[in-house]
Amino acid sequence: MHVPDGFIDAPVSLATGAVAAAAVAVSLRGARREHGGTSHASSYGGERTAPLAGLVAAFVFAAQMLNFPVAAGTSGHLLGGALAAILVGPATGVLCISVVLLMQGVLFADGGLTALGVNISDMAVVTTVVSYALFRLLVKALPRRRPSVTVAAFVAALVSVPAAACAFTLIYALGGTTDVPIGKVFTAMVGVHVLIGLGEAAITALTVGAVMAVRPDLVHGARGLARPLELRNADGTVLQPQVSTAAPRSNRRIMTVGLVAALALAGFVSYYASTSPDGLEKVAHDKGIDSKEREHAVKDSPLADYQVKDVDDERISGGLAGVIGVGATLAAGTGVFVVVRRRRDRAETAASDRIEAV
Amino acid sequence: MGAGHAHKLYRHASSPVHGLPPHCKIAAVFCFVLVVVATPREAVWAFGLYALLLAAVTAVARIPAGLVLRRLLIEVPFVAFALLMPFVARGERVDVLGLSLSVEGLWGAWNILAKGTLGVAASVLLASTTELRALLLGLERLRMPSLLVQIASFMIRYGDVVTDEMRRMRIARESRGFTARGTRDWGVLAKSAGALFIRSYERGERVHLAMVSRGYAGAMPVIDEVTASRAQWARAAVLPLAALAVCLTGWVIA
Repeated sequence: MHVPDGFIDAPVSLATGAVAAAAVAVSLRGARREHGGTSHASSYGGERTAPLAGLVAAFVFAAQMLNFPVAAGTSGHLLGGALAAILVGPATGVLCISVVLLMQGVLFADGGLTALGVNISDMAVVTTVVSYALFRLLVKALPRRRPSVTVAAFVAALVSVPAAACAFTLIYALGGTTDVPIGKVFTAMVGVHVLIGLGEAAITALTVGAVMAVRPDLVHGARGLARPLELRNADGTVLQPQVSTAAPRSNRRIMTVGLVAALALAGFVSYYASTSPDGLEKVAHDKGIDSKEREHAVKDSPLADYQVKDVDDERISGGLAGVIGVGATLAAGTGVFVVVRRRRDRAETAASDRIEAV
Repeated sequence: MGAGHAHKLYRHASSPVHGLPPHCKIAAVFCFVLVVVATPREAVWAFGLYALLLAAVTAVARIPAGLVLRRLLIEVPFVAFALLMPFVARGERVDVLGLSLSVEGLWGAWNILAKGTLGVAASVLLASTTELRALLLGLERLRMPSLLVQIASFMIRYGDVVTDEMRRMRIARESRGFTARGTRDWGVLAKSAGALFIRSYERGERVHLAMVSRGYAGAMPVIDEVTASRAQWARAAVLPLAALAVCLTGWVIA
């Protein structure tokens, strides 16, 4: 659903706008890399991005008009975030969906102009990133066969839609203009979007399967799944393949996926984890006696409401704390890693110098 | 197909609004909507004044009011959501026609309806007075990254082509006796979507090669530089400034 103007207040709209702009800026670089195929993509191959991403955006736009009948006259259609991410990669996917949303907002007035940041953040960024991270994890974990790609696409699309609903609830909790209990918004949004997600998952998995059957090389998320080339002698013995130079790249990709998964777990799962009744009651007990809360509570409404509200804030702050924690851990870990690698590199160059000298 | 490529939302006329440079109009509409969103919802009269401002722009742009009103229908899904608000919001309750409604929820529903409608109306006015190409040029002038503008322009240019491709596939399916009835037929539809993706992607590759062979190196040549004079900026600023005055009055009174 496209968020209209006036749904989210002005400060949060501007903040999400900044988030969306940053995500699009990162994706612009990433998309050049996805299409260039080399690390020097800005100079070579990067110019393929515009026509290819443009055509994929047109495809997403058209595919959203393809009706999938459900039953008794109702029908659904594709949202396309997960599909775009799997088919053309996360960065290009973010760009395509963002452009589709931008054009829908400016031309068809579908989704408010000030809500563009909200729309891009939750529909383009969260959907694409969550689905792609999950898809890559599953593809790596499952056996290397074509059905696993379909299964991975199904799960990725299934999770991505409620994830976007969670992101929307979070934005609403921060800047919603109406005081609706966040718990209710959350249940309604996630409930509806799990159903939508099921349809999305089925369509995405079937479509990815159809593309895999014809042009498996076009499915960006399934790159590297093909068996590596095997060299054999005339007598049939297998030659040992050369050490591939692409190892650091795939390493980096795995690291990105791991990072996103860690952040998602820290942010979302801790959010879920503390919604269990026990945690709710406990925090309500701890916080219900807070003096500031009591001052609110005497006003006109039952105490329970404000306790729940307080717990909601707790949950969000729990999620945020998780994300910040992961960030801090990662920064420390990366620091160590960089130092170690630099030392190793230096040792290696020293060794090779010595060999050259010989 | 064969209907030309002018987009259906644009309504050709020669008016002061049509004549303004596109980036001035985009900036003006964006600022206007931002001001509207920042207005306190208790200032009901302010939203009436905003509507009058937009009506004045519509009159100056010689756009039939019926056209704008018809395009407002796009926001019907949000209206449904807004109507739910009084039932689920918390706080003080009030009885209306035997229903117990939340006061807070009623204000929330009004807030969304008023601001959403004004936002949609402003976007509709922008789209019906500005040509597509001009809109893209305007976005580029407003420092949107050129790669993003290029992607958007490719999407717009090939949107009709890809949609027509999809339509031909539908006709091909139907002429072979296929009608989609339920979830059992999703496999066929998804195969069409997959084929559509492959065709779109391959078309993208061909377009890219054709462009490279004509000297494309990542940037589109600028053929017509749109510039805005100070007077044009001033004219475009009338709408957001008037709205800002209304908004500030609303904050002072509320």
